[in-house]
Amino acid sequence: MDTLILSRIQFGANISFHILFPTITIALGWVLLFFRVRYGQTGDMKWMDAYRFWVKIFALSFAMGVVSGITMSFQFGTNWPGFMETVGNIAGPLLAYEVLTAFFLEAAFIGIMLFGFSRVPGWLHTLATFLVAFGTMLSAFWIIVLNSWMHTPQGFEMIDGVAHATDWGAIIFNPSMPYRFAHMIIASGLTVAFLIAGVSAFRWLLGDRKRDVRMTLKVGVAMAAVLIPVQIFIGDIHGLNTLENQPQKVAAMEGNWETSTNVPLLLFAIPDEEARENRFEVGIPNLASWILTHHADGEVPGLNDFVAEDGTVMHPPVAPVFWSFRIMVGTGLAMLSLSWVAVFLMWRRRHLHQGQIAGHWLAVEGLPKLVLYALVAMAFSGWLATLAGWYTTEIGRQPWLVQGVMTTAQAVADVPAPMVLGTLLTYLAIYAGLIFAYIGVVVYLARKAVIGDTPSFPETPQSPKAIVPALQPGE
Amino acid sequence: MIDLFGDPAIWLPFAFAALMGLSILIYVVLDGFDLGVGILFPMASRVEQDRMIGSIGPFWDANETWLVLAVGLLLVAFPTAHGMILSTLYLPVFIMLIGLILRGVAFEFRAKARSEHKRLWNALFFGGSLATALAQGFMLGLYIMGLDQTPETLAFATLTAVFLAVGYSFIGACWLIFKTEGALQRKAVRWGRESLWGVILGMGAVSLASPFVSTRIFDKWFSWPEALWLSPLPLVSGGLVVALWVLLRRMPFPGDRKAWVPFTLATTLFTLAFGGLAYSFYPYVVPERLTIYEAASAPESLLIILVGACFVVPVIIAYSIFAYAIFRGKATDLRYD
Ligand code: HDD
Ligand code: HEM
Ligand code: HEM
Repeated sequence: MDTLILSRIQFGANISFHILFPTITIALGWVLLFFRVRYGQTGDMKWMDAYRFWVKIFALSFAMGVVSGITMSFQFGTNWPGFMETVGNIAGPLLAYEVLTAFFLEAAFIGIMLFGFSRVPGWLHTLATFLVAFGTMLSAFWIIVLNSWMHTPQGFEMIDGVAHATDWGAIIFNPSMPYRFAHMIIASGLTVAFLIAGVSAFRWLLGDRKRDVRMTLKVGVAMAAVLIPVQIFIGDIHGLNTLENQPQKVAAMEGNWETSTNVPLLLFAIPDEEARENRFEVGIPNLASWILTHHADGEVPGLNDFVAEDGTVMHPPVAPVFWSFRIMVGTGLAMLSLSWVAVFLMWRRRHLHQGQIAGHWLAVEGLPKLVLYALVAMAFSGWLATLAGWYTTEIGRQPWLVQGVMTTAQAVADVPAPMVLGTLLTYLAIYAGLIFAYIGVVVYLARKAVIGDTPSFPETPQSPKAIVPALQPGE
Repeated sequence: MIDLFGDPAIWLPFAFAALMGLSILIYVVLDGFDLGVGILFPMASRVEQDRMIGSIGPFWDANETWLVLAVGLLLVAFPTAHGMILSTLYLPVFIMLIGLILRGVAFEFRAKARSEHKRLWNALFFGGSLATALAQGFMLGLYIMGLDQTPETLAFATLTAVFLAVGYSFIGACWLIFKTEGALQRKAVRWGRESLWGVILGMGAVSLASPFVSTRIFDKWFSWPEALWLSPLPLVSGGLVVALWVLLRRMPFPGDRKAWVPFTLATTLFTLAFGGLAYSFYPYVVPERLTIYEAASAPESLLIILVGACFVVPVIIAYSIFAYAIFRGKATDLRYD
């Protein structure tokens, strides 16, 4: 393997690892703010208990996001010097604004948010939580602006092979940015919704009947049920936008070789790039045409249009794009079914809600074991869909790094291949270890929170805060 | 507007070099002390370790952000230099990143994972901090040697790696003197005393080596009348070292008097050393190969960053100070409630 492919795998591995954690922190910050504000309004301890539990997971995810993000910012120089040399005049200011407006904001207030509860007045603690949540969303905004610009570049001119900005408005509000940003933020919301629902279902299954678990389970499931249709809708219009700007990507997503009308939606196929055709096709007639053009006989671009006269292939590798897209959409549909079924079951049995307090529309008791197990199984489904979505997007852009401006091959550093291989393998080993440890700790924290309810601690008082045996410092 | 202050091709690169220098300096002092605390970690007892974590917990993330800003500025303002420096330093950068990853996550994991695993995370916290400091020192050494990689320059870089790690432990110890009390504070005084020699040797080695690698740097320091203007720099540094030496023999004072002094002096010392280096290398961003003027990006793009930076950097500094002020006083164990 040569330096180019190794560097690409390394970049893909690093960004994939990085994105896992921002995906959690972006939305979890807002959920924590919600808990914090509700606590401020009602004084009900269940909100604070939920805050205390989830803020630990936030802190852990945040640390993982920060350290993997630092790796990202060095990557450009170590592996992709050509990127900055060519489009640095555009990428540079966007990255700089991310650091200046977002990173410092979240980094400075995270300390107050995590450890300041008893040191600062309530409003300041709430404000710090808000600023951190806002900061994470702002970082996502700037980096998505850059990434979207790489897909749909505009507002610049090339002088001597170097991009110069001519219109910052056009650069920031490039055609794919609004869709990509909205889709990413909601992806984050869904990831967190399923994580909260899954972990709470896990605690419930372990016999934890505390009020905060009851509440977070409902919040998680309801949040998922509300967000998923929105996500599917945005995904659809995002696809239409891509059809306009990057037809070769859509052709790969659909596995469509020849531009034609009445294209079926393929449920299964093995794209074969040698033969330039699909094997084992199973599809629904006309559906792809219908989804992409809203007409059964609409025209869908084909991959064969993107082969130059001399045989150079200017479309992305088909199979990875085709399959990642199906994994994302499949996960989305699974999310839709599970969250709606769960909401329906909880609503049908709402009278079971303990205490019968008015205003409770959902009762956790309505959920059968099977659904609870399914929620646990889907706890990290947001990660799967998010990664699959990013693979669709990023691999779908190849061979371009900046669509129509520079190819990935033009950006790579000439670091010796064995060196890249060595660093790549080390990263992979460390990432595998850390993901394992991260999930392990989430499970452990959930179990630890449950211990309080078991009779093995007969003398423990009611407040879950006191039950967790002596909080570790820095916890 | 762009021509308001004269030729932007002259002052813009300079402004960015200054901004980058400032953020490297802030990084070296701030992350220096928290990396240093990490390096000193194994020498403390378990209870003291928690207290040490408590003294840096609310700050380390913001401290590291200065590194992100520094490399970000290098990247945006001097893209060619950025590529040249970082791809030459591929391996040390990689080791530094691994170190930063391990120590950053160990911070969180050691407090949250089950207690049997705490020792592993403690070890990774120490190992990551040490690896980061060594890698940074190694890069500093290679940079001073003009990024050449010969056996001699590598040997020199190894030396600076060790000295920077000791230097970070020193400023870490000074931080602990400031932020802790009792037995831990007394230990910190001892650590400070013992690592001061490393600071002296390190600064000595760099001051001797850089003029001899480059005649340009030699001329900058040893020509008349520049030498006169520059003489306060080594003199004041020497004075600071002596003051630290004397203080650290006597501390801690009753009633915790002057606990903040060693950290302040150490910061001043680091600032002076950094100023000396900056003076030596200006106007080069890649020593002897590329000046800041040759490497700078297009003025329009730099200007748009600078305008933002003028508004945002003061705000950042203000709320960073605010965050430090909230956690002022002696460190306590960190709690979420
Ligand atoms: C929880 C996560 C999640 C879920 C359930 C979905 N997506 Fe998605 N999708 C993403 C998370 C995501 C993402 C990770 O956020 C991506 C990668 C880049 C982007 O903007 O969003 C993405 C990209 C992405 C793209 C590629 C855009 C491009 O770069 O050209 C399309 C066409 C869709 N999505 C469409 C859909 C559809 C029709 C879905 C219906 C089920 C769907 N997504 C569910
Ligand atoms: C965060 C989610 C992201 C994921 C999961 C992701 C994933 C990937 C993957 C898998 C590749 C490799 C494609 C291939 O080799 O065929 C890639 C390429 C690339 N992406 Fe992304 N990407 C993400 C976001 C970004 C962002 C925000 C940027 C820029 C700011 C970016 C810049 C690049 C660059 C420079 C490459 C070129 C290297 C290459 O082709 O491997 N990516 N990305
Ligand atoms: C090439 C691409 C990227 C680079 C260079 C990068 C860089 C960084 C850096 C340096 C940090 C640490 C900030 C700190 O010190 O506080 C960070 C954190 C963060 N990044 Fe990225 N990032 C990239 C891709 C992404 C993407 C695609 C997203 C989301 C859509 C994202 C969202 C965030 C968020 C929300 C944080 C802060 C919260 C957290 O750490 O979890 N980043 N990133």
